[in-house]
Amino acid sequence: MAEYIIVGNGTAAAGCIEGIRSVDAAGGITVVSEEKNPVYCRPLISYLLGGKTDENRMNYRPADFYEKNGCRVLYGRRAEKIDPEERTLQLDDGSVLKYDALCDAAGSSPFVPPFEGLETVEKRFGFMTLDDAKALKKAVKKGSRVLIVGAGLIGLKCAEGLRAVTENITVCDLADRVLSSILDAECASLMQKRLEENGISFMLSDSVASFKGNTAVMKSGKTVDFDVLVTAVGVRANTSLVRDASGEVNRGIAVNDRMETSIKGVYAAGDCAEGFDVSSGSRKVLALMPSAYMEGHAAGVNMAGGDERLANEIPMNSIGFFGLYAMTAGSYEGTLYEERPEGGIKRFYVKDGVLAGFMLIGQTERAGIYTSLVRERTPLRDVNFEILKKIATSAAFSSQIRGKKFGGVV
Amino acid sequence: MASPMRVNDMKRVYVNEKWCLGCRLCEYNCAFASSGIRYMAKALKGKAIFPKIHVEGDDGITFAVSCRHCTDPICVKSCIAGAIYKEDGVVKINREKCVGCLTCVLVCPYGALAPGSDGVMQKCELCTQSGGEPACVKGCPNRAIVYEER
Ligand SMILES: Cc1cc2nc3c(=O)[nH]c(=O)nc-3n(C[C@H](O)[C@H](O)[C@H](O)COP(=O)(O)OP(=O)(O)OC[C@H]3O[C@@H](n4cnc5c(N)ncnc54)[C@H](O)[C@@H]3O)c2cc1C
Repeated sequence: MAEYIIVGNGTAAAGCIEGIRSVDAAGGITVVSEEKNPVYCRPLISYLLGGKTDENRMNYRPADFYEKNGCRVLYGRRAEKIDPEERTLQLDDGSVLKYDALCDAAGSSPFVPPFEGLETVEKRFGFMTLDDAKALKKAVKKGSRVLIVGAGLIGLKCAEGLRAVTENITVCDLADRVLSSILDAECASLMQKRLEENGISFMLSDSVASFKGNTAVMKSGKTVDFDVLVTAVGVRANTSLVRDASGEVNRGIAVNDRMETSIKGVYAAGDCAEGFDVSSGSRKVLALMPSAYMEGHAAGVNMAGGDERLANEIPMNSIGFFGLYAMTAGSYEGTLYEERPEGGIKRFYVKDGVLAGFMLIGQTERAGIYTSLVRERTPLRDVNFEILKKIATSAAFSSQIRGKKFGGVV
Repeated sequence: MASPMRVNDMKRVYVNEKWCLGCRLCEYNCAFASSGIRYMAKALKGKAIFPKIHVEGDDGITFAVSCRHCTDPICVKSCIAGAIYKEDGVVKINREKCVGCLTCVLVCPYGALAPGSDGVMQKCELCTQSGGEPACVKGCPNRAIVYEER
């Protein structure tokens, strides 16, 4: 009977368990979980702050998930070292586990720049885990002044969540705009406006030079007094297990389309690994929940002797703040086409005759039709792109394609 | 010998666009069926409706779109709230868990998902709660929407 080990207990791990079980009902599965909770929906931690969800509803899988799938979960344990020759994994308590196939699904960790004086800040938090969210929720009271360093997805989601508790939130970022990794200047300014209308303040093109207790001295020389600090500057893939075992690592763990690392019997999936972005033709870390699941599932199937290849991942985001949604996918390369529906902007990037990517804000209905064009690399000559630019509709396809989509099993 | 059970051995809603009149009765019947209210006028009259099926198209061609209950649904894999799942072949949503992030809208290739009046996602579940033929099928005047195994 095969022995499987999964390091980490997030979405990629859940996908991996389901992937293994779709092939092998009997093999032993051990999950090494540094966090002490069953798998939960990491992106929901910001909704927990504002009371839009609660711990009971944040579970990613039903309570009997591990039991039904015959998994042993080692909560509060850290994987320390892979021995590729012996096919063993050493844990932080010194115990050694044998595996036939191992999946590294260790996710990512927040990156905290070495701010001068950071240690003098009394109440400071990261924003990655359920424990972070619970601790932050406890520390922030009505009227608390919160400074968030980082105007990316995580920092802004944190700000939105905290807004239900306190009116005093400032977000700073070295970038000149919010969500700079996914939005261009104009779309970002629409989103920033929505956030400002809802009481979030910004200090952009500026960041903290140093902390003196509860005062941040900015690079511009301005000072900000705060009660609670959240650092959300960015995340880095947890690659050390594979790197220390001499496996190939770039920004994330290098894998092939079967999620195999360069170490035999070791797979990697989720935020710690590099997926293949078909829209740019390159391997990169796709630190996203859908990617984590799909990569984990593929890894699991292959670990158990099946064959699942993942060749068409794309970066994609749906993100809303106070009712204004932005959706993005693929890469912003090639010729730009733009539409300006009421209350929004739609940008399409066309390269080599296919939709390479898009950026939508405001009007996002049925955006999945666009996403599938990016993912499938559908030649635009086969669709009515003039209609599509205006509105996402299957009316832009030929009646034959529509017949397959709506008249057949898909 | 009994034939092995196929994954696709289930009825789904299929549309034949050649027969669709674009009358949008399916939208009204769906909204009514979902409302839980006994009288159609009380449920729908003068209100914005949020059906789980909708008609697209132009003067030339019209067709109804609702969940395809995909064999391998990408919405289930993508839901960041673990709210969408597949049960007995039907893709369902737990509206208690949904936080309205719209990731499912971003990934559904058919454009079959949209939020309900409360901003929480809703989707066609084949009228499995009420039993029998889905309301959109029952009420389609030209049998452009059918419920069958294919
Ligand atoms: C606030 C927030 C909002 C987000 N919003 C979105 C969103 O809207 N859409 C989206 O697509 N994505 C979003 N994400 C990203 C998404 O949560 C991640 O991409 C996804 O959770 C990655 O899953 P994973 O299983 O790879 O890693 P994780 O969920 O990070 O799980 C990895 C686990 O491994 C554990 N671990 C690490 N090292 C070890 C070790 N050595 N031994 C044992 N255990 C270990 C970690 O403690 C962690 O619990 C968000 C993230 C955050 C923080």
